[in-house]
Amino acid sequence: MSKRKITIAVSGLNNIDSPGPGIPVIRALKDSELFEIRIIGLSYDTMEPGIYMHDLVDKTYQIPLPSAGQQSLITRLTYIHQQEKIDVLIPNFDAELFNFIKLQDMLKKMGIDTFLPTLEQFEERQKWALNTFGEKYGIKVPKSKQINSTAEIHALTHEFGYPLVVKGKFYDATVAYSPDQAMAAFNKISSKWGLPIIIQQYTPGIEVNLTGIGDGKGNLIGAVPMRKTYITDKGKAWAGIALEDETLMNIARNMLKGNKWRGGFELEMIKTDKREYYLIEINPRFPAWVYLAVGAGQNHPEALVRLALGEDVKPYESYESGKMFIRYSYDKIVDLKEFETISTLGEL
Amino acid sequence: MKLLKNIALSDTGFVFNPGNGDSFSVNPIGLSILKDLQEGKSEDAIRNRVIEDYQTDKETIEKDLYDFLKMIEQFNLTDYHE
Repeated sequence: MSKRKITIAVSGLNNIDSPGPGIPVIRALKDSELFEIRIIGLSYDTMEPGIYMHDLVDKTYQIPLPSAGQQSLITRLTYIHQQEKIDVLIPNFDAELFNFIKLQDMLKKMGIDTFLPTLEQFEERQKWALNTFGEKYGIKVPKSKQINSTAEIHALTHEFGYPLVVKGKFYDATVAYSPDQAMAAFNKISSKWGLPIIIQQYTPGIEVNLTGIGDGKGNLIGAVPMRKTYITDKGKAWAGIALEDETLMNIARNMLKGNKWRGGFELEMIKTDKREYYLIEINPRFPAWVYLAVGAGQNHPEALVRLALGEDVKPYESYESGKMFIRYSYDKIVDLKEFETISTLGEL
Repeated sequence: MKLLKNIALSDTGFVFNPGNGDSFSVNPIGLSILKDLQEGKSEDAIRNRVIEDYQTDKETIEKDLYDFLKMIEQFNLTDYHE
């Protein structure tokens, strides 16, 4: 069977120590047996390694930061689309999703398909709304609240006790064992990601995660649970293993029946000694370890492309547990000319 | 005591729990005990089999077997509901 030629734009090319999902998503797409894919990278920073990984990314264009707003983003995407004729666009950053969700109808009119959560789905799983989310869909969630000032930290001793978890609105989380540590974490995280800061009750146990994809009609098209087996000092998985975890799969299935999630997602859960599961976060896109799902037999990014193109996609029925991933670092040699080109022209 | 249904035992002594990703290495005696448990043999039957195979005094076997079974329980290799 000949493969269909298709052009896909992908963001999240920051394949660094705290990696974005872009490169793993691209690797998954390159493994597709259905599509012959030309990849257009969308970057925010000239130091994103994916820009220079020409075996995976055919051409890269800089795009404006999410804070620049939707108008400048659509203007830039219109130019890129004129050059490249993009068929499908896969955004991979939490921080950019709001703009892309807002622009999806406009993109569709231009001929660019996406497969994104609805704004309601995106908003109701925000970290500061997670308790309400848990109540609505019958998932246990550690108690959490948002704060906007360090003055609120002293009251946390009575309300939460220590340790507690201090989290950024998009990224970063630190376990604080005292008010001083909570204060330091508040300042560090808020200076990077802004306010509010989310305070979450510390839940002891092992972290188990699940990467999945929903079809927007309540069906779980694919899902693979994973446990991190080597964690970096930033809390990122450097190695992980695919698990056989029917309880976690059922949590995902039930959640999707309820909220009809559309697109890729990641559940981050804590499994306690009593084998209870607590939801600590839902990411509204594929995680950086999504390529493990491909290794275990489920190509979620390929399924997302098919859904974006309006195809009927049957759910995956199995995967191979025990498959592992181990990341590695690699020094990519780059000519100054390439750096100059992306820096001055905004494309490479 | 029962071993969890999905525990994978390799002839090399590699033990893998797909439920939580844990893996262990056991020696040939440990492996034979785990296989016995997987086949549903009782602790008495396992004890008698080990005494017969290794011709050691009953007290030593009982103590070591007790330690081993407690250890695999702590490592979450046994059925929680048993």
